Amino acid sequence: MSEREPMTAMQRVLTALSHQEPDRVPFFLLNALHGARALGLSIRDYFAAAETVVEGQVRMQARYGHDCLFGFFYAPVEVEAWGGEVVFVPDGPPNSGEPPIRKAEEIRALAPPRIDEHPCLTRVLAAIAGMKARVGDTVPIIGVVVSPFSVPVMQMGFEAYLQLLAADRTLFDRLMAVNEAFCVAWADAQLRAGATTICYFDPVSSPTIVPRDLYLETGYPVACRTLKQIKGPTATHFASGRCLSIVDDVALTGTGAVGVSADEDLAELKDTCRGRLTVIGNLNGIAMRRWDAAQAETAVKAAISAAGAGGGFVLSDNHGEIPWQVPETVLDAVAEAVRQWGRYPLAVSS
Amino acid sequence: MVLENENQQDIEADAAARAFEAALLRLDRLTATRLLTAPAGDGNGLQRIERLVLPALERIGQHWEQGGLALSQVYMSGRICEELVEQLLPAATSERGEGPLIALAVLEDHHLLGKRMVHAVMRAAGYAVRDYGRLDAAGLVARVVAEADVDLLMISTLMLASALRVAKVRELLAAAGRRLPIVVGGAPFRLDETLWQEVGATAMGRSASAAPAIIARLTGGAP
Repeated sequence: MSEREPMTAMQRVLTALSHQEPDRVPFFLLNALHGARALGLSIRDYFAAAETVVEGQVRMQARYGHDCLFGFFYAPVEVEAWGGEVVFVPDGPPNSGEPPIRKAEEIRALAPPRIDEHPCLTRVLAAIAGMKARVGDTVPIIGVVVSPFSVPVMQMGFEAYLQLLAADRTLFDRLMAVNEAFCVAWADAQLRAGATTICYFDPVSSPTIVPRDLYLETGYPVACRTLKQIKGPTATHFASGRCLSIVDDVALTGTGAVGVSADEDLAELKDTCRGRLTVIGNLNGIAMRRWDAAQAETAVKAAISAAGAGGGFVLSDNHGEIPWQVPETVLDAVAEAVRQWGRYPLAVSS
Repeated sequence: MVLENENQQDIEADAAARAFEAALLRLDRLTATRLLTAPAGDGNGLQRIERLVLPALERIGQHWEQGGLALSQVYMSGRICEELVEQLLPAATSERGEGPLIALAVLEDHHLLGKRMVHAVMRAAGYAVRDYGRLDAAGLVARVVAEADVDLLMISTLMLASALRVAKVRELLAAAGRRLPIVVGGAPFRLDETLWQEVGATAMGRSASAAPAIIARLTGGAP
């Protein structure tokens, strides 16, 4: 079998997104945190300056040869702008603390934050711009928004949000209107800064969290409205949540790709998405922590075998963020396995 | 003849449990209440809970694990059951207080939904639960050491770093001479099937609804 002409990461990803086979299976190591270790910084110090995040992302892409830079800092960066608390820990992603909305009634007076007034957001934009300056159009840069439907988990707490969903659609609609305005503005700002695409994190829409009929009344129309307004391509990620039973719906929201769970069969997902949505996934990031090189190779080979044929597949983890505890040697082994088994035409196939 | 009667009773009990489950999933509190409280003479409160509430919640939890139900349904079912059981078994009745005392905490994380769901299910199962809220490892150990009446500790986590911290809790408790079963749950433990053993937990629950059965197994019986 003849080898294909080598492609840049950008060409490789765009070809896969067009549901064609590039030179090899593209892979995204969505390691937002590992750059801190690469630079010898604490996680808090790493995210305190755009320059360190740029350097961390560029260094990791050079080391592993994966096919993106990740413009994502941490999920609560948005909630910080809404007035919420961000809690840093030494060995994990910053977590959302006290939510900014203490009582549902406060939603009536809620207004979206202005992006340029919040350093936590402008730092992200500066980092994306810095990445763009370093790689130009050779490597895709992924920007991230948390969906208007999912961000209330951090805005008001999960339990209060579930109660709102069950009991007060008027306030829910008001919250979605405000969140949609912010989400579109935040996504477009990242695209203007240099992001190639926007990852729309929407775990609450997953059937793991809400049943499909509720999704169709809530998260689905929110996604349709929001994605239609964002001025660039988007990928929807369910952050470990299942999505097989709503793939047909997700395909109609206007998104181009879907981040899938390790709990579902990758081959079945690929078959269901074929020609409509590119599948991104689904290495188990939590289990990855204890893999050795042989286990990494086995997992990569299995995923490529299940979903690689015909393009429309990007190998990645299942959550959209690789845990801090995953050793760099495992990421090296994943990268090596992709280089060995991911070349098209595939040597492994379902 | 006796066997036939017993089979018939089993079939009726199963049908009632499934009807109760269906009412929970429809958020139909009225039907759930009717099924749980009638016929009035059919066993005491705890017996009715064992026949209807626990099987329904356990099946709902299993369906969620298998992808057939959503977390919001598990949550709402647990909350309805908790409310019904609070009505059926007022806190002061003698039907409470005989069983083990369970302490329940979130370790470090700021996401409390998992703990809330476990709390609802355990209360619905008739267990006495002391809610510690959110604590770090040192704070949690200090509380358990100070409260000698606690028989078993349940820890909920969301983040991997917090799940790994259960090992520290175990270590600090041992150093303080306090030995008690630790049951863990949360996303990291579901995604890594051996993590609970690695951190030295006694058992792991894959869903909130699994908690009562695990506690019954560890403590040798119902509440």
